[in-house]
Amino acid sequence: MAHESTYVPGTGFERWVDKRLPVIRLGYDSFIDFPTPKNLNYWYTFGGILAIMLVVQIVTGVVLAMHYTAHVEHAFDSVEMIMRDVNYGWLMRYAHANGASMFFIAVYLHIARGLYYGSYKEPREILWGLGVVIFLLMMATAFMGYVLPWGQMSYWGATVITSLASAVPLVGDPIKTLLWGGFSVDNPTLNRFYALHYLMPFLIAGVVILHIWALHVPGNNNPSGVEVQTKKDTVPFHPYYTVKDGFAIVAFMILYAAFVFYMPNVLGHTDNYIGANPLVTPSHIVPEWYFLPFYAMLRAITFDIGIPFTDIVIINSKLGGVLVMLGSILILFVLPWLDRSRVRSMRYRPIAKWWLMIFFADVFLLGWLGGQVAEQPYILISQLATAYYFAYFLIILPVLSVTETPKPLPRSISEAVVADKAGSKKRKSPLGVTAGGTQPAPAE
Amino acid sequence: MMRRVLLTAGLAALPLLFAGNAHAAGGHPKEPIEHEWHSQGLFGSYDQRQLQRGYQVYRTVCSSCHSMKLVAFRHLGQPGGPYHLDACPEELGLADTVDCSDPAANPFVKAIAADFTITAGVDDSGDPLSRPGLPSDYFPSPYANQQQAMLANGGANPPDMSLLVKAREDGRNYIYSLITGYPGLPKGPAEIPEEITVPPGQYYNPYYHGDTLSLMKAEYLDEDGHLLPGVHAPDGGSFKMAPPLSQDCLVTYEDGTDCTVEQMAEDVVAFLQWAAEPELEQRKRMGGFVLLYLFAFAGIVYASYRQIWRNVEH
Amino acid sequence: MSSTTEGRPHDVEIEVDEGRRDFIHLLAGGTAAAAVVGVAIPVITQLAPDAAVRALATKEVDIGAVEAGQAIKVVWQGKPVFIRHLTERELNEDEETPISALKDSESRNDAMPGEATVENRLQQNNFVIVLGVCTHLGCVPLGTDSGDNRGDYGGWFCPCHGSHYDSLGRIRKGPAPQNLAVPPLEFLSDTNIRLG
Repeated sequence: MAHESTYVPGTGFERWVDKRLPVIRLGYDSFIDFPTPKNLNYWYTFGGILAIMLVVQIVTGVVLAMHYTAHVEHAFDSVEMIMRDVNYGWLMRYAHANGASMFFIAVYLHIARGLYYGSYKEPREILWGLGVVIFLLMMATAFMGYVLPWGQMSYWGATVITSLASAVPLVGDPIKTLLWGGFSVDNPTLNRFYALHYLMPFLIAGVVILHIWALHVPGNNNPSGVEVQTKKDTVPFHPYYTVKDGFAIVAFMILYAAFVFYMPNVLGHTDNYIGANPLVTPSHIVPEWYFLPFYAMLRAITFDIGIPFTDIVIINSKLGGVLVMLGSILILFVLPWLDRSRVRSMRYRPIAKWWLMIFFADVFLLGWLGGQVAEQPYILISQLATAYYFAYFLIILPVLSVTETPKPLPRSISEAVVADKAGSKKRKSPLGVTAGGTQPAPAE
Repeated sequence: MMRRVLLTAGLAALPLLFAGNAHAAGGHPKEPIEHEWHSQGLFGSYDQRQLQRGYQVYRTVCSSCHSMKLVAFRHLGQPGGPYHLDACPEELGLADTVDCSDPAANPFVKAIAADFTITAGVDDSGDPLSRPGLPSDYFPSPYANQQQAMLANGGANPPDMSLLVKAREDGRNYIYSLITGYPGLPKGPAEIPEEITVPPGQYYNPYYHGDTLSLMKAEYLDEDGHLLPGVHAPDGGSFKMAPPLSQDCLVTYEDGTDCTVEQMAEDVVAFLQWAAEPELEQRKRMGGFVLLYLFAFAGIVYASYRQIWRNVEH
Repeated sequence: MSSTTEGRPHDVEIEVDEGRRDFIHLLAGGTAAAAVVGVAIPVITQLAPDAAVRALATKEVDIGAVEAGQAIKVVWQGKPVFIRHLTERELNEDEETPISALKDSESRNDAMPGEATVENRLQQNNFVIVLGVCTHLGCVPLGTDSGDNRGDYGGWFCPCHGSHYDSLGRIRKGPAPQNLAVPPLEFLSDTNIRLG
């Protein structure tokens, strides 16, 4: 790893292992004595929370797989059998279903933290890109998992999302048939989704290992965005961050347990308690809440894009919607090269910070719009919100990279910490606690 | 420090905002009545006598059209179920070796099951075999198949009742409002709104998720079929379920409870909620313990955290 | 701890109550360990038979139609159970067999432990009820249906490896080590039994 190994084998056995497979050394240098910036706030705990959630999802998922039947005739009833007859089956299923939502809550906050503190910037581009890969794999996994109970929303969600493939010119319909393994969403579709749903968490776990590796080479970013300079800037990961992450994980589990035990169906859709019926579409199809912002962008493209003043259509509205939805995530891959500002943390970027806040609000707005019916004025608002989403990456950040004058950066993390303490003592107002937690008030 | 945690937790709960909004749309049914339920709230549990009355209503009224195929007779005797027993009642004079807390040995469950005829397997000559139900059997459907059910109900398939409360938005209030909200019933309008014509074989209900526009009488519409100025389409819609609890005392309660339409409706909805969420009591009990544990755990880890970070300016 | 720790700033020096500090960390670790155990309980318990399976753990059988000399086979917990109504002649033969002639002298009946005597193997009304699983390697012995090979001792014969049982289900010849087990059962009436 990036820092010099400080592991000293304590026993003869450890020396024996260390000579042959230095796995204890790897663990020690990565999770015990890893020098970590001392000023990481609670926004930096979501990585640990996500690791725990991945484990929770895999454990509950394997348990559910022991009782589930992947067949259109039995899938719905087998899920209900889990809920009613399997010992603690209801707990396993509610933990798995709500666990998916918790996973997305944590991943969105994790991404938002990266955007705010500029964690995607040099030298962490690969770390960021791997994170986007994990996000894409998560979305695919969640979508396929939602199909498995074979309720009305499962069936129609699968139909609508796989039909996106048909937007591809020329080969769209063959691709759709290939995905389905039939002429509609049916038993072959359910079976392959089950197989892939079981596989993908392990792919995610693999990419997570790369993600952590890519984190440990340059080391953590931190709220000041200033690189670690001396040992005074860091603390060893254990016990400092094991205990801080531990506290955050337990706090997160409280939220999780509140959902599982007291409102297990709040985040789901009632129609998914009706068995799939290929002849009746529910009156209002919505994806799970975590897909709503992207769903809103898909639906925002209601117009064809063609050559002006002619009837020639280059991209019809269907393909346009799909491209915009895919683009909204793929654009994250190139973000490190769109934002050229040399200052990482938004704490020291007085203008970009507010554009980012608007961006966050815009994503929430899109999420809300994704749950509304496709009527005016929602369509127009969706179009404006989609435009801002892309403008933030393609126009605002590149322009601000050149025009913005950042605030003076602290010389070191230690200096930033001292400045923070002084700042927060001056301000007693509760409004002083902004997203960064310990950041200084805006210049004005 | 705690403020930051709370802020983070608050943000983490934001998806709830979406969840609430995700379901708007559809027709314009009347908002369901907010009824008080024994099982609502953090500590709400089922009232076992109410579940028993509700089962009686289900058995007498609903089960002639609606199946409940995910529920087995033995479920009635599980902890939290309508007929669960901790010990055998003495007046039945059962042997000491009988464990009535076992749903399969519960005398009420056995009697209820035996009251149904189950067709399962074949006899020695290959003909379908009918026998009295056993606790391990599931509630049989009133119709052999969907086509038969639709034929008997004017083309509509009565939905299965096992999950009905979970499968409808605000399920228990909705079902309660629907079955007490027909014209002339306690929670319904005095009579059918005069603006609409209800087709034969259908019944108007203000709580139903339907559309009354297509039912408007011609005198309220202009030539293009739009509503005349000042005219509003009534709430709800019409559908094919006749009022199931059309009058008081369709069921006479064994425990002497007043058998009004509202009481029967409340009881049967309570039973249906149990049918949909038989784990509710266990879930809430366990949840209380888990949350208390986690709060204590969080406090201890926080103290540990304060100790470790005590000497580091951060 | 580690070498890096030495570099960390000690901005404030406070007297450390080491006992109290260690106690808090131990408590935190213990609470975490207990939580892991708490999570493991449902994860392991889900493997146990579910409620639908447990509901079939007992079975009631009407034996009123089984005349003396006849036998039936019923399925209980996924295994065959032999129910045979003995004739007087068969009973006499069993009465005359000394324990010393048996390969396995244990009754193999949890309700009546002891020697494999007629009293300890026979149910009321001259019924013999045994689990139809050969104690050798788990095959189902013949002898219940009319026309089956009943073996050298007029009971059951296991075709897999040639074990002979008598009419009380006691092993008399062949590789099987034990008498056929008597399942837990109870007579609810003269003609109705509950297995399990």
